[in-house]
Amino acid sequence: MSDNKPVVEIKDLYAGYLPGINIINGADLVANKGELIGIIGPNGAGKSTLLKSMFGMVKVRGGEINLNGEDITGLKANQLVSRGVGFVPQTNNVFQSLTIEENLQMGLYQRPKHYEERLEFVTSIFAELGKRLKQRAGSLSGGERQMVAMSRALMMDPAVLLLDEPSAGLSPARQDEAFIRVSEINKAGVTTIMVEQNARRCLQICDRGYVLDQGKDAYTGTGRDLLNDPKVIGLYLGTLGT
Amino acid sequence: MSGNANPSTTPVKSTGLHIGEPAPGVAKKDPILVADGIVRQFGGLTAVNVDHVEIPRNAITALIGPNGAGKTTFFNLLTGFDQPNEGTWSFNGKSLNGVPSFKVARMGLIRTFQLTKALGLLTVMDNMKLGNTGQRGEKLLSSLIPALWKKQDSEIEVKAMELLKRFKLDAKHEDFAASLSGGQRKLLEMARALMTDPTLVMLDEPMAGVNPALTQSLLDHILDLKTQGMTVLFVEHDMHMVRHIADWVIVMAEGKVVAEGAPDEVMKNPAVIDAYLGSHQDVDLGAVTGRISLPESK
Repeated sequence: MSDNKPVVEIKDLYAGYLPGINIINGADLVANKGELIGIIGPNGAGKSTLLKSMFGMVKVRGGEINLNGEDITGLKANQLVSRGVGFVPQTNNVFQSLTIEENLQMGLYQRPKHYEERLEFVTSIFAELGKRLKQRAGSLSGGERQMVAMSRALMMDPAVLLLDEPSAGLSPARQDEAFIRVSEINKAGVTTIMVEQNARRCLQICDRGYVLDQGKDAYTGTGRDLLNDPKVIGLYLGTLGT
Repeated sequence: MSGNANPSTTPVKSTGLHIGEPAPGVAKKDPILVADGIVRQFGGLTAVNVDHVEIPRNAITALIGPNGAGKTTFFNLLTGFDQPNEGTWSFNGKSLNGVPSFKVARMGLIRTFQLTKALGLLTVMDNMKLGNTGQRGEKLLSSLIPALWKKQDSEIEVKAMELLKRFKLDAKHEDFAASLSGGQRKLLEMARALMTDPTLVMLDEPMAGVNPALTQSLLDHILDLKTQGMTVLFVEHDMHMVRHIADWVIVMAEGKVVAEGAPDEVMKNPAVIDAYLGSHQDVDLGAVTGRISLPESK
């Protein structure tokens, strides 16, 4: 489902929060157009940090990040949004006091003229939100909020969608639903990079996966290959879910 | 998926915990925690409305249910972090009505939180040492004479280090807790809870955000707690974990206990599947989403 044109290309990236301590240590990543990429790895491997560094929330100390061939390293989050990077944080990802409609409008405040057209696209994936536009986001359940947050990021027609643990804190049925929705978003043509702790589920729907360890990618491959790789099973997946 | 690798063996489940047919509120042979008519309302919303529930001693009980079912609120009520509008509950035969949370903890009922509460500006080791109770150096006068508590302090440190090793945090013992990742904080909190040698451990989503391979080794640790005579009650969304270690499962929905029983029985209950587990439970999502044509061979 991808045609090998890189949308995101990360080369030898170094990034971190505290002076002198790098969380990301020479990570490389490529996301081609239309691909669904999964990032998994042990606790503290730097998965969320890698995602945040793509969205300008963590200081990049070395290496580069390219979006459609343009260098976007070190740009601020608002500049990245206008260039087409959509980010969905793990928690606090909706404006609780605003309605669903207002949340969606916030998603494309940079070009409000396209609202109708984008709303149509978003509600083609999240039909139930279209029927509840006037409801306050604060009154929604965790799974519904996750959907509003993804929809908001999709409103600005992102070149790449970054998702930080979309299934976190959801009950099993809602988790599966979240993964199915992510897959649908990707099938609609959106290049997607997802960080997940629920590694097995993530790899099941991913085109390609990266296993991150100590800020560097340890293994890469198609989702299927990683799922069946004995080393990846031993170190990261465990055998409990088989 | 390949199911050949099998590092941790299937644990021995405790059975025969209940008296009579498994149904919501069924009596247990040896309950450690008993709750009666617990009601907690937030304004017009009834978050918890539990008629009767008993937690079996020296067993691992899982509390499951959809988001917003009242599981965490129920935890808060049992441990004195919140007070119910009505109801009585007792631990080891002693009533806990109106007992503040720190006294509940001293009685041997320890809990962890879904959103971690590590002390960020203390090191990982200091966080651990703080968990230990009955430290001689805590008293004002004896704190002035290091000889009185130095030995105990180093013993505590050894114990803490052993736990940290188990939770794969030993390399981080000198780091500030604030520098840990979300999953690591979760582990620290669980390790700290065990420093107190509790009778009953209540874990609120212990494995959320912990990577699957580490989860597996931690499960063996939780099973160990049972062999050491402790009782475990945990909230969890990871059904593989529930199936693997739980002896008993209690299902909550909309504040009420709706089902109880052994894990395999409860997970076959159509109402539980419908409300909570969903229909894709044991299916490869690659097949569900049409990304692969057939599920992988077994």
